[in-house]
Amino acid sequence: MTKHNESWGSRVGLVLAMAGNAVGLGNFLRFPVQAIQNGGGSFIIPYLVCFLLMGLPLLFVEWSMGRFGGRFGHHSTPFILDSMSKQRFWKYIGVFGIFTNLAVAAYYCYLESWTLAYIYHSVVGTFSPMDQTQVSSFFDNYTDITTSTTGIPYEAVIFWLLCLFLNTYILSRGLSGGVEKVAKIGMPLLILFGIILAIKAVTLKAGSEGAINDGTVGLDYLWTPDLKSIWNPTVWLAAAGQIFFTLSVGMGSIQCYASYLRSRDDIALNAMSAGWMNEFVEVVLGGSIVISITVGYFGIEGMTNLVSQVGGLGLGFRTLPYLFQQWGPILAVVAGIFWFGLLFFAGITSSLAMGTPFMGFLRDEFGMSREKAAWSFGLFILILGAPAVFFFKQGVFDEFDYWAGTVSLVVFALFEIILFAWVFGMEKGWAEITSGADIKVPRIFKFIIKFITPLLLGAVFIGSLPGIWDKLTADTNGAVIFGRFLLLGVWTGIAVMVYIAYRKRVKEGRFTS
Amino acid sequence: MKTSALILMLASYITVTAVTIYFFIMVLKTPHKPEEGEEHIPEVKSFDVT
Repeated sequence: MTKHNESWGSRVGLVLAMAGNAVGLGNFLRFPVQAIQNGGGSFIIPYLVCFLLMGLPLLFVEWSMGRFGGRFGHHSTPFILDSMSKQRFWKYIGVFGIFTNLAVAAYYCYLESWTLAYIYHSVVGTFSPMDQTQVSSFFDNYTDITTSTTGIPYEAVIFWLLCLFLNTYILSRGLSGGVEKVAKIGMPLLILFGIILAIKAVTLKAGSEGAINDGTVGLDYLWTPDLKSIWNPTVWLAAAGQIFFTLSVGMGSIQCYASYLRSRDDIALNAMSAGWMNEFVEVVLGGSIVISITVGYFGIEGMTNLVSQVGGLGLGFRTLPYLFQQWGPILAVVAGIFWFGLLFFAGITSSLAMGTPFMGFLRDEFGMSREKAAWSFGLFILILGAPAVFFFKQGVFDEFDYWAGTVSLVVFALFEIILFAWVFGMEKGWAEITSGADIKVPRIFKFIIKFITPLLLGAVFIGSLPGIWDKLTADTNGAVIFGRFLLLGVWTGIAVMVYIAYRKRVKEGRFTS
Repeated sequence: MKTSALILMLASYITVTAVTIYFFIMVLKTPHKPEEGEEHIPEVKSFDVT
């Protein structure tokens, strides 16, 4: 077994890195839109119930699986899963835990690079002379990579490469020297920027700075309960989906981070703290910024039209840069830096987590050094991400997001909960969760993990089947089909690498558990 | 804001913020567990036998 000396430098660093892994752009751009589309204030009730019945249990499961696998020197899901069962096929289910991270990182790093570019444009005042339509079409021009918005040719590609380099370099510095340092700086700054922007958004006054509504009008719309919708199964499915995606469960990155814990370390309190920190960022900060500002300037009807036309991502990149200009030249720059800065920190703390499973796999199974593993990840993302960047307009970015960022997560989470609760066994599983725990985990979670969470996950999976069918049967272009086969090729390639690693282990007489 | 919206919003914000702060403070305050072999061995007083 290849042993490497990677470990977390401090407990706070680990919790912040785990929270950073969970907190992503979706906390600010997806959550408020989901809430508005699913009954406003009523959405929060199923949302919090799903957090308790599906989110927290999955966090406990993934943290304990990671720490368990780490005991045998495994730092990626194929052999973590393999160590939990005698049936050998589980390591191929674990392929999802590397595949999802690579495929999501491929398009996510591009998205992250937009935030860097938008910080630059906020500072140099690109948006100040523009009207709303121009700011919106700036985004189209930017993502149409042949059009330069700064005079730099292929600007979007340059920011993307810069972002990839930054991620790779930080990963090459290791967990305590790279990832943890970024989390310790990035998370407090993200929360600080978020609090300042939320206060500004909520205190907007009608008639001042061009606003037509108070900031609280948006909050009123977002939080007014539509009690009829609480009994609607679609709302529950949307709430379960949001909890699922916001916590980064079903990816394999939590297991990887947790695999660097020592066997006596707590996981229950750490998981609780990281999970609730994500909820704070999502519900309190994410729920206060975008909708309050957009309703403040466009009214409720304008905001709902914008949401249906451009979605959450559009609100963040097409609308807010224009609205910040209404606050005067200095505040516009500050707000631009804060908004895109917090999105950047949300992005990079997640993309770094996506790099570690692949690195852990290369180091464990092929004896690579940390630096070589990090640069291999960077090179892989460069190759895999290129179609998402160059064929963005053709829909490859969205295709990657759908298969890797949506379907793959649900499939993997469903398998891992079955493995943990029913194959590994709930008695052993519960002993893992509570071992070294610094808090008393309520015993009800034992029942929830065994019965409720698999049922909820099954419902989310079944609920997503019609969408998968529609996606597969819809007419599409060649670039999207190419993207689809590329993802299939990546999954198969990783599975082959897992097979080679397994044969190598057998030949060398190394056991997986 | 409508009363129902205000109550729901404040209840959610206060609950989520309070629980987040509570667990994070617990993380900060819980003492480090030494790893096996890393346990603190109390110093044995030496006696002057001369």
